[in-house]
Amino acid sequence: MMDEEREILLLKGNEAIAHAAIRYGCDGFFGYPITPQSEVLETLAALKPWETTGMVVLQSESEVASINMVYAGGATGKCVMTSSSSPGVALMQEGISYMAACEIPGLVVSVQRGGPGLGTIQPSQSDYWQAVYGGGNGDYRVIVLAPDSVQEMADCVGKAFDMMFKWRMPVMILSDGAIGQMMERVVLPSFRPRRTEEEIARQCPWAVNGLGLRGRRANFMSSLEMDALEMERRNRHMQEKYKRIEGQEVLFEEYFTEDADLLLVAYGIAARICKGAVGLLRGKGIKAGLLRPRTLWPFPERRLGQMSSSLGQMLVVEFSEGQMVRDVRCAVEGRCPVHFFGHSGGVMTSPEEVADEACRILGKSNEMVNIASW
Amino acid sequence: MHKECDGMKLAYAKPSLMNDVPMHYCPGCSHGLVHKLVAEIIGEMGVEERTVGICPVGCAVFAYRYIDIDWIEAAHGRAPACASAVKRMWPDRLVFTYQGDGDLACIGTGETIQALNRGENIAIIFINNAIYGMTGGQMAPTTLMGQKTSTCPYGRQADLHGFPLHITDIAATLEGTCYVTRQAVNNVPNINRAKRAIRRAFQNSIDGKGASMVEIVATCSAGWKMTPVQAGRWMQENMFPYYPLGDLKATDMEE
Repeated sequence: MMDEEREILLLKGNEAIAHAAIRYGCDGFFGYPITPQSEVLETLAALKPWETTGMVVLQSESEVASINMVYAGGATGKCVMTSSSSPGVALMQEGISYMAACEIPGLVVSVQRGGPGLGTIQPSQSDYWQAVYGGGNGDYRVIVLAPDSVQEMADCVGKAFDMMFKWRMPVMILSDGAIGQMMERVVLPSFRPRRTEEEIARQCPWAVNGLGLRGRRANFMSSLEMDALEMERRNRHMQEKYKRIEGQEVLFEEYFTEDADLLLVAYGIAARICKGAVGLLRGKGIKAGLLRPRTLWPFPERRLGQMSSSLGQMLVVEFSEGQMVRDVRCAVEGRCPVHFFGHSGGVMTSPEEVADEACRILGKSNEMVNIASW
Repeated sequence: MHKECDGMKLAYAKPSLMNDVPMHYCPGCSHGLVHKLVAEIIGEMGVEERTVGICPVGCAVFAYRYIDIDWIEAAHGRAPACASAVKRMWPDRLVFTYQGDGDLACIGTGETIQALNRGENIAIIFINNAIYGMTGGQMAPTTLMGQKTSTCPYGRQADLHGFPLHITDIAATLEGTCYVTRQAVNNVPNINRAKRAIRRAFQNSIDGKGASMVEIVATCSAGWKMTPVQAGRWMQENMFPYYPLGDLKATDMEE
């Protein structure tokens, strides 16, 4: 019966986010239009989940309002989310810091476009730093998931909902305009019922939702702390949590890495392109492989560190001027050369171009085999 | 403790929802009185177990310490956005914000107007003391023309600072609001009127009648650099003519 509720559809990545949110039992979505992610709100509005699951969908007045709605909705123990793109996610940074400080669960979907500033509406990965290091104030982290397909867009929503309540913190899905806009076959999950008030009371005894559910004990959510020692204690508590997350939640995919001399490192849409490049390089007799981080924080630094001892070189491929490459270099600690190749501003690359760059680095002929013959 | 003695009746008791903690408010400040009214009303309505308050950044930032209900501390100006989400997530709750003029009418103007105009079923309590109290007496959006503050030390003047914002009047023009009123707590009749207004706004939130806003024209003796008595007089002589008391909109009682 559960399987009957699963559905296979041809969807854009952004549409998959909306379908998955409803099916994974989301209580509320608060969002503001921005290209290239507006289909998330549009799809939700068309699906009218308030008539079926009871999920609330609200178009807010700004990304600032959206994230503060997520902050407050999450503070009440509800499963809430927003989605936006680069300049919009920039506006959300303060709210994300507040959520981290108050340990409030919530999901932010970031469908990246090229920057800086108003930038471009073409796909980009130049918000890695924004996602992983954040623009909000203070010592905080955000769990960042990096899907590379429409299927993973949908899957990441369920994973993010689980993680944000398990760890009581904001989780981000860092996607991009290519995955958001491209259409692929996607298997949607069966419906997970929204939690009842009693279930929320059990799962979230900390939540601020009126006292009726728990008897007479008031809860409050505040990141304000006038006592320096107490503020540091709160920070240390969060850092301990972050260490546990780094130990338990790292996700990555390895592709032809067993015998690799050259390791490509890429996430999201860049990783899809790099898989093509690995094929091209293998066709030329070059032992290339790919490591694709599926969580950007926590980052697979231990695995990269291990691999760096036995590898010839690494090539980090991003649609940015070089952001994740710094984390790779930190993990590798100089044990092997780490090169960078990228485009920015909405310019994409091809498997051929990545393979050319790999060949250039290896000092070999860059005569390309036809991808069709591989 | 409040036992009736022979021949004597209990005339007054501290609201049971007021916590026994020292208040940080200055002598002569209106916040204490309004806090007491809020605690009293929630207790009288018997809704303390289904109420969520949203406190601002500003002097009322510690409201959660004083009134024994669930509170969310909002980022500066964002209380109406927070309240919108809470009320939509928990439609049977009483949801209200408690905000000052800097929070509501300056940095949070967008959220204030948009939440009111969406007709969110929330109540907004707006303390207008024409100054930034918490940060030490800077010019606020509601600072009067000619009024001296630490950032307009020669008095507010139009060419440098623009004009006081009549945010409550704007609120009354919005289709989403059902009850918009301006009150004060400077004497017993006004305190009673303010209490009735806040209770009506809270009831509107529970009944889902739309957005309500209760402005309280208030004193800030410390920010105004006055004694409490001087501040009360200055408010009556200067604030009341510019921000006249009374209802600006009351469609909540219409059928």
